[in-house]
This record gives sequence, structure tokens and C-alpha cells, in this order.
Amino acid sequence: MIRSNVLSRQKRVVLRRAGSIDPYNIEEYIAEDGYFALGQALGEMTPEGVLEAIKDSGLQGRGGAGFPTGLKWSFVAQQSAEKTRYIICNADESEPGTFKDRLIMEGDPHAVLEGMALAGYAVGANEGWIYIRGEYEMSRDILERAVSQAEELNLLGDDMFGSGFSFHIHVHAGAGAYVCGEETALLESLEGKRGVPRIRPPYPTVRGFRGQPTVVNNVETLANVAPIILNGSEWFRAIGTARSPGTKVYSMLGDVNVAGLIEAPMGTTLREIIELHGGGMKGGKAFKAAQTGGASGTIIPAEMLDVPLDFASMRESGAGLGSGALLICDEDTDMVDLAYVLMRFFENESCGKCTPCRVGTAQMLEALDRLRRGTARRADLERLEEIAKYVGVSSFCGLGQAAPVPILTALRYFREEFESRLRH
Amino acid sequence: MEEVLAATDRVIDAHKADREALVEILREVNDENGHLTRDDLQRIAERTNLPLSEVYSVASFYSLISLEPLGRHVIRLCQDAPCHVAGGREVREALEHELGIPFGETTLDEQWSLLTTSCIGACAVGPVMMVDNDIFGNLTPEKAREIIARYREADVQDVTPTPQGG
Repeated sequence: MIRSNVLSRQKRVVLRRAGSIDPYNIEEYIAEDGYFALGQALGEMTPEGVLEAIKDSGLQGRGGAGFPTGLKWSFVAQQSAEKTRYIICNADESEPGTFKDRLIMEGDPHAVLEGMALAGYAVGANEGWIYIRGEYEMSRDILERAVSQAEELNLLGDDMFGSGFSFHIHVHAGAGAYVCGEETALLESLEGKRGVPRIRPPYPTVRGFRGQPTVVNNVETLANVAPIILNGSEWFRAIGTARSPGTKVYSMLGDVNVAGLIEAPMGTTLREIIELHGGGMKGGKAFKAAQTGGASGTIIPAEMLDVPLDFASMRESGAGLGSGALLICDEDTDMVDLAYVLMRFFENESCGKCTPCRVGTAQMLEALDRLRRGTARRADLERLEEIAKYVGVSSFCGLGQAAPVPILTALRYFREEFESRLRH
Repeated sequence: MEEVLAATDRVIDAHKADREALVEILREVNDENGHLTRDDLQRIAERTNLPLSEVYSVASFYSLISLEPLGRHVIRLCQDAPCHVAGGREVREALEHELGIPFGETTLDEQWSLLTTSCIGACAVGPVMMVDNDIFGNLTPEKAREIIARYREADVQDVTPTPQGG
């Protein structure tokens, strides 16, 4: 009962078919406008037209950073004509608490493929790769099946729809490493190497996969592409906020009555999401904090329940939307213990390439362990904060830069709780 | 030796000894035998024209590739925040107690390895663990013990009973 109310309140763009069609059957996708946008683009639109439509829509990357998708595509489209271009789908979803990409791939795989083909047409790429994390065996199986079904019907492959445009998609599985979600580490791994990040610039749009211009887009971003081409950018801009159009898919977890995946227009507040979609707090307890965006996300207090959830508004409030994970914590939550568990994740997943992240995460974990056990002194807390700032500014890639974020935001809003654990 | 490496060669052939497929080759050979031996690494290095050190370096980087033999069953318990706040710590203690080993180790009878994993994207049913390739959710200490018991029973019925009793 609660669940059906929750579903009826959602605005579904990305998830409109997920759960209602058979992901193993391409005909069910086609029956619901599937590959219609691609056919329309190849038959009636120029590549520039597709690129303009995505630019006009204001679509932003759904992997966490919120970079304008059309702008990213245009960087690749501008590269000299002799270069081979690639479209990479970043399906290395590993941010703790995030499982939206898995359910998009497993519920509506062709939406991702169609988005990739449209991206390829827009930027002049004939080859796409899906880098899927090693643990997602079912997603991989569904995607591989989807690619071969689409090729059989000539919706992918050579001379699609008789237009002269060819696009081939390969599915590649990772082997277990969180850092491979960072786009340059992903490219290294895709080339068969250790998944350590590359220096940027040059950005992948200039020198990416095999040293060639490459678009790297998140699964959810790509799943938004076909609906935009089909319905127009104005339709898309009418959803969400002026600065962040469209919807966002969230994975809501923790102390709410209904945990799981939801899709809501950008700009919906956390309070609305908890009340309308989460069925309220579990056991009627009080909300204490939420972590938005997974392990690398910000911890926010009750005072921020009414901030609109979109990239710009969150940034202005010193928080981040990130991957869309929403970990809801009630009044009983031990923030020091939570901070410790989050740091344990980063210490474990640090790739070891740069010193601030490799050593800093270990030192922060030690300090948090002492705090958790009640053996830390004031100097430990001061040092934790100092190291957190260093690691944030001096780490090589996004992993280390984000690792201190939960600690620093937890300290910003719940400092007394950390201080109360000090040994005097 | 040649016989032992026949499966490794098959995987390498399937990927045309392509250097770009190194991670997939390593993973597939690993899944075939449960872990990679030095001979596997050596053969992969020769056939992909890479230094052994580089193949080792790549193999040691990824958590789904093991350079040590693991138990017949491998438990990977998610230890990230969403599972932790849902009761993961109690499950962690129950597993250690039930198998008599700390995380990161394999039982003496080589039946069980107890490892942790980062998030496996099944957070809505946390705490979760993988046993080999199967995911179990909504774990409690009792449920975790029951799952182990079920595997033990199946092993006894399926194949040779282990004298040590697991």
C-alpha cells in the first residue's frame, strides 16, 4: 500500500520502462518507442542537430559531477576529423549506497545502448564500450544479450537503418576496484592496465581511450538522451529546475519506511523525498542526518532538509548531490562510528598512486578508530581535521579529494559528538 | 605442466592474446581455478608479450583476482556504511565466530574464505554478503549461520564428505 502510493507519485523519465518491460526482449522496448529517437535522428537530423538538442536540453552528467553533457560532447566533436572517437559508458557503479545504474541496465538495457548510439552519431564515433563493474554479472549478461538483439535487427552495427552510419558496442567487465569509476582510471583499466588515474589535462575528450578523443558518460546520463531527442529539449527543460533540468534517480536507504530506488524531478527537497517517497522516518523517529551522494558525499543536518536537490543549489549550500545515494540516519545514529566506517572504505580503496591519499586515509582511519574507542585526545581530533584538509587539496584524483568530505562535513555539523568522545 | 595450463591457454586464445584484454584474461583464468598461480602469470606474460612484473602488477591490483588459493566457498561481506548501519557489524561477528577465523583468512580445512567487499549495489536489502557468486540479503546473525549450514549440508551430500567436518 505504502509502496504503490510511493510509485504513483514519481515522475519517471529514466525509469519509465524499468520493471514493466522484459529486459531480455527487444520487442517490448521497441513497442514503447524504443529506437524511435535513433531512427528519427539518423533519418531526419544532422549530427549537429542532435548535439544542439542535447546542449539546449541542459542535461548534466548524472555520475555525480553534473558537467553539461552537450558541452562534453562538443569537445569531442571539435577534434580533427582524422581521429577515431569513442563513446564510453561508465557503468562502474561502485559508490557505496548507489545502485541506480544497475537497475537501469537490468530494467531497460536498450535505453543505454540507444543513448550511446545517439552520442556516437552526434560526435562522429563508430565504436562504444560499456565498462561494467566486475561484481555486476547479471547486468553484464543482460547488456550483452541486448547488444546482440539490436545488431540482429540492424538497430546497431553497420549501416544502421540504411543511413550509412555504423556503431558497434562492446561490453567489458572490470575486476573489482572502486577507483575505476574515476574516468581516467577507467580508461587505464579498459586498456588492460592497473586502474590508476591519469593526469588531467589532457581530458579524455582530447586524449582518452587509446589516446583518442573520448566521451565518458554515466549510465543514467545516457538513458536520458533518447527521451530528449524524442520529446525535444523544451519538454526536458520543463522538468526539474532552470539550472538543473530533468529528473534524478535516487537510491534511498537507511532509517526510512520504504527504501529503494526513486526518480523525482531535480529540485525536489530531501524532506519531500523522505515524506512522499520514503514513507517517512522508520518508527516515527527524528531525522538526524543524511549522507548525499554515497561514501564520498556530504553529511547534512536537519536544517538542510529544505534545500532543493539539484547540482547548483546543493553546491551553494556546501553540499553535493553526487551519485544520488541518500543514506538517511535517525536520532540513534553514532556519527563517529559512521565516519569511521566511511574512512575504512577509502583507506581500502585508495589505489596507492599518490601519497596524500595512500597515507592520509590510513592516518585519518587511525584517528577515527581512537575516537570511536574513546582513547583519542584533543590533539588527535585537531590532527584529523588538519590531515583531512591536506588530503582534500593535494590528492591526485577525485577519490582522495572526496575522501575527507564526509569527515569534514560531519565535523561541521556534529562537532560536539566528536568532542564528547575525547579522553581528558 | 602443459596440462595444468591448458585452461589458461584457452582463455588467452579466446582473447587472441590481446594486451588490452589483460584484465579480462586474468579474471577468467582466476575464475576457472579460484586463483592465479605463478605459472599462470608466467604463461600470460609470455603470450601477451608483457614483462612478468607488469602482469603481476595488474593481477595484484584488482580485488576479484586472487594470487593466493582461497577456500572452496568464498564469503564476501559488504562492510560499507549502508550495510553497517543496517546491522552489518553483528553479522560480521557472527561469521567470524561461526567459522572460527578472522576476516581475510581461510579455514584450515580449506572450505571457507572470509573476505570483505566494497558495496555490491544491493543496499536496499542490507546487510548483504556474497557466497561465491550468489548474493544473500537482509542478513541477521542467525540467517548468516543458517546459510553457512546450508552450504555445509549441500557439500556433504554432493561430493566427498570432508573428514574434518568443516
